[in-house]
Formats: sequence, C-alpha cells, structure tokens
Amino acid sequence: MLIGGRAGEGINRASAVLNRLMARLGRYVYMYYDYPSLIRGGHNFAIVRSADRPIGTHRERVDAVIALDRETVRQHASRLSPGGVLLFDSSVVRESVGVPVPLDEALDAEGAPPITRNSGMIGAFCRAAGIPWSLVETVFEREFGRHAGINLRVARRSFEMVEERIRIPRIDRRPLPVLTGNEAIALGLVRGGLDTYIAYPMTPTSSILHLLAGFASRTALSVVHPESEIAVILMALGGAYAGSRCAVGTSGGGFCLMTEGLSLSGMAEVPVVIVLGQRPGPSTGLPTYSCQTELLFARHAGQGEFPRLIAAPADASEAYVWSARALELAWRFQVPAILLADKTLCEGGYSAVIDPDLRVAAPDDRNAMMPGEPYLRYRITPDGVSPLRTVPSAGDVIKVNSYEHDESGTTTEDAEISAAMQRKRREKARTLGEALRAYETVDVSGPDTARVGVVTWGSTAGAVREAVDEQPLRLVRPIVLEPFPTEAFRAAVDGLERLIVVEQNWTGQLEQLMRLHGFGADGRVHRFDGRPFTVEEIVSRLAEVV
Amino acid sequence: MATSDLITPAPNTWCPGCGNFAIEHALKDVLTGMIDGGTPREEFVLVTGIGCHGKMADYLGINSFYAIHGRTIPVATGIALANPDLRVICCAGDGDCYGEGLEHLVFAAKRNVDITLIIHDNRVYGLTTGQYTPTSPLGFPGRSTPAGSPEYPLNPLALMVATGASFVARGYSRRLPQLRQLIRDGLSHRGLSFLEILQVCASFFNQTAYYDEHAYDLDPSEFPTRDVDRALRVAREWDYSTDSRIPLGALYRTRLPTYQEHLAAHRAGTRDPASAIRGFLDERR
Ligand SMILES: Cc1ncc(C[n+]2csc(CCOP(=O)(O)OP(=O)(O)O)c2C)c(N)n1
Ligand code: SF4
Ligand SMILES: [Mg+2]
Repeated sequence: MLIGGRAGEGINRASAVLNRLMARLGRYVYMYYDYPSLIRGGHNFAIVRSADRPIGTHRERVDAVIALDRETVRQHASRLSPGGVLLFDSSVVRESVGVPVPLDEALDAEGAPPITRNSGMIGAFCRAAGIPWSLVETVFEREFGRHAGINLRVARRSFEMVEERIRIPRIDRRPLPVLTGNEAIALGLVRGGLDTYIAYPMTPTSSILHLLAGFASRTALSVVHPESEIAVILMALGGAYAGSRCAVGTSGGGFCLMTEGLSLSGMAEVPVVIVLGQRPGPSTGLPTYSCQTELLFARHAGQGEFPRLIAAPADASEAYVWSARALELAWRFQVPAILLADKTLCEGGYSAVIDPDLRVAAPDDRNAMMPGEPYLRYRITPDGVSPLRTVPSAGDVIKVNSYEHDESGTTTEDAEISAAMQRKRREKARTLGEALRAYETVDVSGPDTARVGVVTWGSTAGAVREAVDEQPLRLVRPIVLEPFPTEAFRAAVDGLERLIVVEQNWTGQLEQLMRLHGFGADGRVHRFDGRPFTVEEIVSRLAEVV
Repeated sequence: MATSDLITPAPNTWCPGCGNFAIEHALKDVLTGMIDGGTPREEFVLVTGIGCHGKMADYLGINSFYAIHGRTIPVATGIALANPDLRVICCAGDGDCYGEGLEHLVFAAKRNVDITLIIHDNRVYGLTTGQYTPTSPLGFPGRSTPAGSPEYPLNPLALMVATGASFVARGYSRRLPQLRQLIRDGLSHRGLSFLEILQVCASFFNQTAYYDEHAYDLDPSEFPTRDVDRALRVAREWDYSTDSRIPLGALYRTRLPTYQEHLAAHRAGTRDPASAIRGFLDERR
C-alpha cells in the first residue's frame, strides 16, 4: 500500500503503524519512505509492502493508495493494481473515484487535532483491508503509547465509515520487528562493543545519532555531536587511542571532510568505523534520496596507500551483522572500516532477523601479549599486525604517529625503515583479506544452470533478487568490496557466460572495480535519479540487455 | 618508572637558539615533579600538531599522539572523553591552532574540556620556512607576504577569555620559572587551560630583544582574576601588532563543571549489549 500527504502530516508515523500492522499479521515487510528535504509542505509518501516471504524492495504496483491530499491521488492513483482500492480524505480531495473518507467529520466528532488525520486514514484502511479492530487497538497502543487514546478514537470513527474491500492473508508466525537500516546499524554497533558514537548530523545517517543518543541514557555508551566532521573523526581516533571503541556516521559531504582523518587512521593504525550513507551528489545534491556513487571514493579516499575494509550490506539484517563485524575487524586489524550504506537502506524499513547474542570475536589474544620489552606500538610481525595496547598501560610508553615512524612510533625518514613500514601495512591488507574468507563475502543465488549473472551490490539487491527469481538468472553480490573477495567472486561467477551489472550511478563503479580484479561485464543497467529501482523496472531493463 | 628518560634519544633537529627547547624542558621539569610526586607516568598523554612544535612528541618520553596539522584539540578531546583520569596535554603551533584548526580551539573553550593547551606561538610558520600566521603583526614580511602581511593579527588571549576558557595565561620561552609554574597550574586546573607561550623562532622571526624589553609580569596578588572584564582589559593591552607592554602570567581562572563532568552526568549505568538490543526489539514488535 502507498500512503501519501504533505510533509508534516505524519506520513512517516503512519508508515510505522502500517509496518507494525503487517508484521502482526505474520507478514514480511518492506517500507520505502520518499520525502523532499523540507519540514513543512511538499509531497511525502511511503510504500509499505508485505509478503509471505522475505522482501527487500517495493514494486511499481500497489494494492491500496491512502491519500491525505490531492497530490497523492494525482501522482499515485495510476499505480493501483487491478482490484486495488483508493481511499482518500474527502474533506480535502473533492472529486475522485474510490472510497471517500470524510475525515473532518471524524475529527469534529472527537474534537481531535489535525495531527490525528493520519490515524483517521489508517482506521479507514484497516476496515477496507479486513484488519480486525482488536489488532488496530494493539498496534496503536504500542506505537503511540500514552497518545493512543485520541488517535484510536479518530481511527474508530473512520473505521466505521467504510466497508471491507480487500483482504490481506494472515500468516501464523511470531511477528518479526520492522527496523530501518539505520536502527539495525545502531544495534549492530552496540553488539560489536561500541563505546562511543560521534557524528555531525547529515541525511541519511542522522537517525543513528538520534537513536544512539537515546540509548546513551540507558547504557554506558557516550554519544557526541561535535563542531564538524573533521572533529568527528579526530575525536574518534583520540578515543580509540585511549581504549574506546568508536564509530562515526555521515554521508558523502561529511566523508569529504573526514578524508585527512581517514588517512591518519591508516598511517597511525588507530581503528575507526565509518558509516557512510550515500545520497546523490555532486555536492549537496538530493539530500533525501539515494544512490551508489561513493564506492570508488570510499576505496580511494585519503592520501597514501593503506589497508581498509569496505562492506556494503543489502538490508537491515545484514547491516546489523556487518556493523558488529566492522568494529570487530577494524580493531583486530587496526584499520579504518567503512560500512557503505545508502538512503534506501538507512531509512527503509525491513522485517529484520536480529540475534542479540551474535558472537563477536574478542580481539586477538596476541594483541594483549607482548613478546619482550619495551612495548613497541608498531612492532613488525609476520602478518603485519602489531600487538595493540591503549593508554594508559602501566610501564608502557605508547606513541602513535602520522609521520612515517619506526617500531616505537618515533618519526623517521630512513629509507629502509620507511619501506619496512609500508611493507608491514601491505602485509596487514593481505592478512585482512585472508581473515575475510571466514565470512560470506559474496552472496550468490539462482539456478546452477544459469548462463547469465546479474551482479549488484548494497540495497539494490532487494529489487534485483526478486527480478532474478522470476528468470533463469544468477544473482552475484559482493558484500565486502575492499579487500575485494576475488576468489569468492570467481567461484560465484563460475560457469556464467555473461555478466550484467546493476547499480545506482552512471559511471559503473562496481563494474570498474570488477575489471580491476579481472572480471569484465557484458551489459549494465544504471539508474541515477535518486529513486531506487523497482522490480518491474529491473525485469524490463534486464530483458533489454540480456 | 624512572624519570631520567623523559627526554628520548631521538635526535633533536630544532635550530640553535629556538624557544622550543625551553618549552620542552619546562614541560619535562613539571612532569618529573609530578611523576616523582606520585602521578603515574602513563597517565600523561601528549598530543601534538604538525610544525616545529610537533617534534615534542618524538622528544618527550611519554605517551604521545603525533596528530595532523591543526587537529590536536579534537584528538585530545577524544582521549579525555574516553578516559577522564588521563592528563591530556596539547602542544600546538600558532599556524596549527589559530589558523588551520581555529574552530576546535573555540569549541574546546566553549566546552571547558579538561585538557591543557600549550601554544608554541612563534608568530610564524616555522617548519614551512617563514610565512605569516594569524598572530604575525600587520605588515610582517613573510615568504607568502613579501610586501607585508595585509591582515590584523588575532588576539588569542582575548578570544579565549571571551569564548569561555576557564584558565588563560601567557608565558614566554625566556622566562623559565614562570613557564614551569604556568604549566604546573594548567595541569592542575580542572577545565580548559589555555597557555599562550611567546616562543622565539631563531630562524624566521626572532623577537627576543622586543619581548625582553616589553614583557612584564602581572601582579600575582591581583591576577588571575575571575573578573572577565578585567581579564579582557589585560588581554587587550598588547594587540600583537602595535608597540606596547606585554603582560605575562595567568590573567583569568575560574572553576566551572567540565565537558567530561557534564557528559558523565548524562550517562546512566551499564547494561550488556544483548539486553539493550533485546529491549529495543521488544518495543518494535
Ligand atoms: C593540511 C596541511 N596543510 C599544510 C601542511 C604543511 N605544514 C606543515 S607545518 C605547517 C605550519 C606550521 O606552523 P605552526 O603551526 O605555526 O608551527 P611551527 O612550525 O611554527 O611550530 C604547515 C603549513 C600540513 N602538514 N598539513
Ligand atoms: S624554524 Fe624557528 S621554530 Fe622552527 S626549529 Fe627553527 S627556530 Fe625553532
Ligand atoms: Mg608557528
């Protein structure tokens, strides 16, 4: 279903209620939220889709349109599937086909404020969709807490104004929580042992900051919002040096400001996790829309050569796991780790499978041990990873340095030591790549007999997976993008004759990365208007190139 | 651990006559006293910027984070937040702290974060061989301003008093006993300690004779004061450009809750991650 209205009419809240309703019917949910970068006015809409199997995208077609304003009818009525239902607030939309809901009447009867209009439309929708009133009550109480009363009374009024039109099948299962990607990332960071989260607000990652700031009052977590992204990453590095697991969050513009700090992390071997939520650029671009344009930027950002981890999860469940893992790996290998997300993932809603007891490996024991005295922060070891100690450590002097340095962390310009340290960092990149073999770094699905592979990454996988499910195609999706999982990727494309790359940019960034590792592409599907792909679009565009 | 190795064996590359030697030794003397007095050596952390001053990280045998140009303060803030028991010292340059990273200085004062800033103000970019900085006098013939700097200098003391630093002082690299005392006071002060040190650059801006002639000590019975207006008047006595007497010593000190104290008050107990996550998920069903 699609619910739309003007910004400020509570479309986001309404979609949260719809998510819960669908989840409580035992269904898998996906929610797409589309809004312009302003606070009042303008057109907002959300698509809440549910199914009997896991989903990670929406479709062009919807079974219900719930219109709080005329614009919603104008823009979206044509998306209705045959047999679908259009519900509209007949106090503001005068003439339309479909089911009129006279919201003014419902509100007047209860003396309710305009902010409850969204609840009124949901009440009407629930009746039209055959959702029992008792479920509506439960969900409103959970979503609105002590404000449930007036919203429920308005919903009840409009519930009684319409008749049942469609029926959404119920599935007998424990409901899965619906989480946005950002919520899953926040929980994953907590699971990974996060001590401090530092961020400067920027769509689409701001809600991680808000959520964790709320968390801070019930956990030992510190949450800091400093003067700029430059300060953000440097505070994180200072914190890590003093033994605090720190993560930061931003989008492309803020990441630009972090690049000098990223390079410092690489040189000083002080770990940090960066959540990079992509939105269309260049520059301020489309702040509240989505893209996949920072893969190569993330890979190359920062002066000099140093190892880094880049992982791009596709949905909330995966975002949870890889956020925890990014912290684990960043600390184990003392490297910067970038969790590459996008607006679709960050702010989209997903039925998520979250294991609160997910095992996160403790830092290597070797890191606490020290072969001999004195402590050398950059001790050269066969795998490039030095024992990690943080200040204060009794009896040790711990020196980290942005200049090239010797094993003790003292500045050097000596040619031999410089080369040895470069080699050490190169070795660490190799060790990290090897450690990643323990994880699923490339997602593969589809029949063994497939001759064509569709390669994609990140949130675009949701739409591609469904499109591929309907055809004899194989989905290949690298989750880890740096160090590139060359062997796993080779195994994934084994037996394929053609590779089509689907991504949300126009330079083909994954395709370029594949080429670098010896994998050519035979066709490509790109989209770059800030809106995510839909299943129907991918099906038809794949048909053109396959 | 003994304090005899507080100066590392790293070869020293400062120019002969450089004021950095005095700052290094003043800091070493103060650290020696405090370590001998029982403060564990590992509780000191030095953060430096990039410039001649930054070499302090290599030369002092304590924990150090040799950071990047202009960014000592956010690194130091991160360290101080992670562990409020550490004694965090920043050695920053004037180009470093008043130019490249000025915003961090203002925010450090505004937050009253508990760190000690030692600004090696030689009023020139030393390491990049002699360009004007934010505290160079109007008309300074630096290498990027051969016709003379067209800018009025910044008054860092006035800026710090105005933005909320809770301890503000000026020292001079040729007044060693006072310099030691200021560093000692800065380290024992809880909150942001801002120490602006007039440091002689022997190679690119040697102001020794000028400072020797114009500097005078503030009357310790009247200063430091908690009176912002009086402190500002003293801060403005010399504008870093026109001829006047140059007051030395602590001019402002007050005790305000620190950034760390405010943040600690916002935080409530611990909870293991799994139960925090479980609680969140339950709310979402
Ligand atoms: C981002 C960046 N820009 C420029 C430089 C080059 N640089 C190194 S030191 C320095 C100036 C140092 O001046 P100051 O901070 O006053 O330190 P001093 O050498 O005088 O102690 C500059 C511009 C750099 N390292 N990083
Ligand atoms: S250039 Fe100036 S500040 Fe740098 S070492 Fe030489 S005298 Fe000292
Ligand atoms: Mg200088």
